[in-house]
Parts: sequence; C-alpha cells; structure tokens
Amino acid sequence: MTTAIALISGGLDSMLAAKLVLDQGVDVKGVNFYTGFCVEGHTQSIRSREAKKPKRNNALWVAEQLGIELELVDVSEEYKRVVLNPKHGYGKNLNPCVDCKIFMLEKLKELREQGRLAFDFMLSGEVLGQRPMSQKRTRLDIIAKESGSEDELLRPLSAKLFPPTLAERRGWVDRESLLGISGRHRGTQFRLAQEFGFEDYAQPAGGCCFLTDPSYASKLSDLWGARGRRTYELEDILLLKVGRHIRPAADFKLIVGRDEGENRFLEGFRRRFPHFKPVSHEGSLVLLDGAATRPNIDLAARIAGRYSQGKDTPEVTISYTSCDGVSEDLCVTPMAMHEVRNDWHLGR
Amino acid sequence: MTAPTTVDARGLLCPMPVIRVQDKARGLSSGSRLELLATDAGVHVDVPAWCRVHGHVVKACYEQDGEISMLIELGGALPGNNP
Ligand code: SF4
Repeated sequence: MTTAIALISGGLDSMLAAKLVLDQGVDVKGVNFYTGFCVEGHTQSIRSREAKKPKRNNALWVAEQLGIELELVDVSEEYKRVVLNPKHGYGKNLNPCVDCKIFMLEKLKELREQGRLAFDFMLSGEVLGQRPMSQKRTRLDIIAKESGSEDELLRPLSAKLFPPTLAERRGWVDRESLLGISGRHRGTQFRLAQEFGFEDYAQPAGGCCFLTDPSYASKLSDLWGARGRRTYELEDILLLKVGRHIRPAADFKLIVGRDEGENRFLEGFRRRFPHFKPVSHEGSLVLLDGAATRPNIDLAARIAGRYSQGKDTPEVTISYTSCDGVSEDLCVTPMAMHEVRNDWHLGR
Repeated sequence: MTAPTTVDARGLLCPMPVIRVQDKARGLSSGSRLELLATDAGVHVDVPAWCRVHGHVVKACYEQDGEISMLIELGGALPGNNP
C-alpha cells in the first residue's frame, strides 16, 4: 500500500490536505514537530479567562479526527539554528517560515533514513499565495528544492497549480481530486471543513507558531538584546508565552502572572527563578529573570506590590525567595501606576 | 507480570511528557506497560488522546500533591515499528 507522511501542524489546512489524500485510499500517517514555539491548546488555555477553551494538543486531535497515526517529534534543540540563523530571513515578525518548512521536510527524510518513518511521498497543507512570505510560488519552489523533497512533496490544496508530482504521475493519487486553491481567502477551506464534518478545528490567528506574533517576537528580541547574544533555552521561550513581561533595567526583567491560570503556570518555575509573592494581600506571582542584586530585588518588590490588591495602600509585605529557596519578607511601598514606565512593558 | 517501565516526565510541560512516553514505547511489544510520572495536568488530555490514536489503553491514573502517575498498556500500532 502506498504510504504518505503528512506534516500535521494542528491547524485546518494540513488537516484538509491529509484528508484529501486519505480519501484516495492512501495510507496516511502524520508527523508533528515540536519546536517549542508551537501554538497549541494547552498554552492558549493557560489564562483563566480562556480556560473554557478545550485543553488539547491540536495535532493529536487532528490525528484522532482523521483516524491516522501521529508521530510527535521533539526538534526544539535543532530548531534553534532555524530561528537564530535563517538563510531566507524572517517573515513579518521573527517567523523564519521558508527555512522552517525546509527544515521540517529535511527532517522527514532524515527520519526515513533512520528507519523511524516509512513513506512514498510527503504532504503539506501549504496553499499558494496564502502567506505573504513563505507561500509565494518562488518560495514554495525553493522549499521543495532546498529540502531535497522536490517531486516527493505533494501540496494537495494547491496541487493543480503546480506541475504533477511523483504521487500524481505514478497514479498513487488522482490529480483531478486534488485542489487548485490560491490566495489568502479561506472560503474553500471552510466549505471543505463543513463538507467533511470537521468542527472545532484550531484556527490560530497569524500562523502555526508564536514567532508570527508581534508581541511574542518583540519579547524574544528583548531577550536576545538583554543577554547580548542570540540564543535561548526551551524554558525561556515557554515563559515568553505567559504573563506580563516588565524590564525596569537592562540586567533584569520580571514576569508577572496576570491571573490565576498564569500564576499556576509560573509556579512551576519557582525553583529556577528568584520570585516574589505578596503575603499581606492577594497578588500575582512575579519571577525575576536576570541579576538578583539588592537594588533590583527592592525595585522588583515594589513592582510586585503594584500588581497586588494592596497597590493603593502605603505598605505591602512581599515574600521574596531566592533560587536557593531562602525566603525573606520585604515591607515596601507599592509602585504608583505612573512610576511603572510604559517602555518597561515588553511586547506591547 | 513484570513491573512497568517508568517514564519520568516530572517538571516537563506538554507535549513533552507524551513525546517521552511515545519514545519509550518505540520498540516495546504489545502488552508492555509503562508508568508515566508527570506534573503537568495537560497529560490528562494528551496521553489518553495519544493512546486512542495508537490503540493503547490508560489502565489507571492517580494524582497526589500535584504528581500524576499514569499506567499505560501498549497495544495496537507501536510508533517506529514500521513494516
Ligand atoms: S508559522 Fe512558525 S511553524 Fe509555521 S512555517 Fe512559519 S515559522 Fe514554521
């Protein structure tokens, strides 16, 4: 039986692409690459106000709807070179879409060589002209060529706009049953989703990862600037997805939970970051990322006071715990609203 | 019955626990059991979903003081065991 491997992001386009080929009797298996930047159900539902949204891994959800197997592959370490040094540059924000697609297709072939995957051709949900940077014809040609996938890559949603690929020429799929969608309108995809009975599919605004998000991208640029080098750890990029990020000085920033959901999430990082928690009043958990010097701790405690119920009182008590787990109570005057400078807020 | 193979994913955020389970399951035979230790509540959703997709079964799940222990029995298709 012919086997195809589909890149499953968890969004609608890759879901439809896989479905179109699955319906032709091809054995389709899915692969989802975890880059650390992925927009997935859990991260979106960290905030309490969004807690009603289903908490789920969208790629697994897609696999379940389609009835296909899914391999999840952690590429977060290797993916750094794509984000830090993209040969084809970035899109509107810090999204290196062209290099990202090349990386993923190369990775599929590498996994085949290692015997971890077996397939005759590859599928992607790319649509010609849908994204300004990565889905222009020239860019799509570059992706197929530089990844070495060329003929082995089928884009079922726009297939008719490209010369027939291996899967079509060999008769593994019927070209006539594939589509010729182009452009940014998503009407055809929505209609198809309805025809196939897909409901509740994920539609992340902007794209399949946080790198397309302007606020996220600006926080990532700040991180690189503050550290003096373009690098990151998985922990850094997960934390950029959550909380209010405030940088009062070049050598430290604060991550302030905005609600119960975020406070709970940040609690998971308490052992790795010095942190503040109001004790005289209710308030946010605040992590300190950077130099925990005495002046920085004192300033941070006042900011933590600002984000507590005691913000308008003359004094609040904040418990400060260092990375070694040593705690002390600090009595401080909460910072007034006007003192928290606008340009301290990152990603606004 | 042999003791289940332990997958320690404490401190990891989803989807890493499910990736660890999947990677440990690779090469194991049907009927093998895995015990996942995790702290991210997301595993309550991700692991059963992964099991449904691949024909495995969550046999038991306990939670105490924020620590989750999940017993999984492998069956059906095993990742990486390609024909
Ligand atoms: S949006 Fe993110 S995951 Fe999607 S292609 Fe671009 S860089 Fe890759």
